[in-house]
Amino acid sequence: MTNKTVLHAKHLESNAKMVDFYGWEMPINYGSQIEEHHAVRQNAGMFDVSHMTIVDVQGADAKEFLRYLVINDVAKLTVAGKALYTGMLNEEAGVIDDLIIYFFSDTDYRLVVNSATREKDLAWMNKQSAGFDITITERPEYGMIAVQGPQAKAKVANLLNDAETAAVDGMKPFFGVQVGDLFIATTGYTGEDGYEIIVPDSAAEEFWQKLLDQGVVPCGLGARDTLRLEAGMNLYGLDMDESVSPLAANMAWTISWEPEDRDFIGRAALTAQKEAGDQPKLVGLVLEEKGVLRTGQKIITELGEGPLFEGIITSGTFSPTLEHSVALARVPRSVKVGDTVEVEMRKKLVKVTVTKPSFVRNGKKVF
Amino acid sequence: MSNIPSELKYVTSHEWVRVESDGIVTVGITEHAQGLLGDMVFVELPDVGDAITTGDDVAVAESVKAASDIYAPVSGEVVEINEELEDSPELVNSDAFGDGWLFKVKLDDASELESLLDAEGYANSIDED
Repeated sequence: MTNKTVLHAKHLESNAKMVDFYGWEMPINYGSQIEEHHAVRQNAGMFDVSHMTIVDVQGADAKEFLRYLVINDVAKLTVAGKALYTGMLNEEAGVIDDLIIYFFSDTDYRLVVNSATREKDLAWMNKQSAGFDITITERPEYGMIAVQGPQAKAKVANLLNDAETAAVDGMKPFFGVQVGDLFIATTGYTGEDGYEIIVPDSAAEEFWQKLLDQGVVPCGLGARDTLRLEAGMNLYGLDMDESVSPLAANMAWTISWEPEDRDFIGRAALTAQKEAGDQPKLVGLVLEEKGVLRTGQKIITELGEGPLFEGIITSGTFSPTLEHSVALARVPRSVKVGDTVEVEMRKKLVKVTVTKPSFVRNGKKVF
Repeated sequence: MSNIPSELKYVTSHEWVRVESDGIVTVGITEHAQGLLGDMVFVELPDVGDAITTGDDVAVAESVKAASDIYAPVSGEVVEINEELEDSPELVNSDAFGDGWLFKVKLDDASELESLLDAEGYANSIDED
């Protein structure tokens, strides 16, 4: 069965090339993914992300439940609207999914999880909720539009009424606010300024059209991938999955080790991994000559021969902003930023430079 | 349905061949193929003077999405390459049958052209994809 988002007809109107994305028929591009990429880096672009799963967690034990469910500590959230990026682990410390949690009150949170992992996420949350006084409610009646780029906020501002304008005025990064029909958040997956806006299905097409009329460029999953990769943001299923520890996926910063008495799922396994110090790590790779680094390519280091000393590209692409290829790669922990390693590409070995796993932020090179 | 000019010859691996004068042919990839590959970022061409044999992988079209081998549709000697593609690989996307041509070949055996597909044959082959 193929799912269609509420904006499906709008994509066809804009001549989108549609592809299957984990059971959703989604736009891959509207002609040129490179032009869409540049629109986001230089002006404003928008993505239909209505396929993503919105889950509200509410009830007397909502805070305690989430403190147990995810590796970051929602007790750190004290200002209404503040958001947190984190991961949900299994007992073996493998990543079930990455997600954003918005805090409204100790009894009211909103989670946004990946669409590809929707069923297992919901099943896991429901299973873990036994004994907690909470409700877990999926919200499929909403569409979601990410408007991103240096001009994104200004263009959205032209569409907002007085109450909405007041609500987003001065809103810091990683906050969300419900105002009237709209939930407006300063989050994104591109490394640019902008909003992610949750809008009722009944109003989604009109809102999309108004953004088009403002000159916001519709962008597909192709540009979304090159943008997030330049920004060094993980894609679930490629850069991590249930067999990968957050320590090996550049997600250590999303773990709250303190307070020590907070029990969260996967804590024991994660602590053992940390003490052993033997997890690989996620780094960036830069190839300045011709060629494109691709997912699954093997990395050979000078540390020695054999699987222990090798790495793998978890996601690679051509960077339209930098005009050369970049990649995220999982490598042995002793590989350092600045090192040169070799990648097996199309039957030959090519030298690449190791960087931090982040390449472009706010339109600028950052490595 | 993408454009398939009737004056060209084709192979099922999505290369096209235009017969020029004096036993020279121009080779490119079809509009259908560039559509499948998406935005082109590098095109690796053979060298002028290379002897190529039908079916050899002689060039690579690398798009944002994937790297794809390009096969020699005929045998002969490469006599010219499209140097514009070095700086403007997107010509393969914008004008696959024109400015996005890849290389020219002096045929070893002109009768080889008879075994290539015509536009209708190529259209049928894509329908089967």
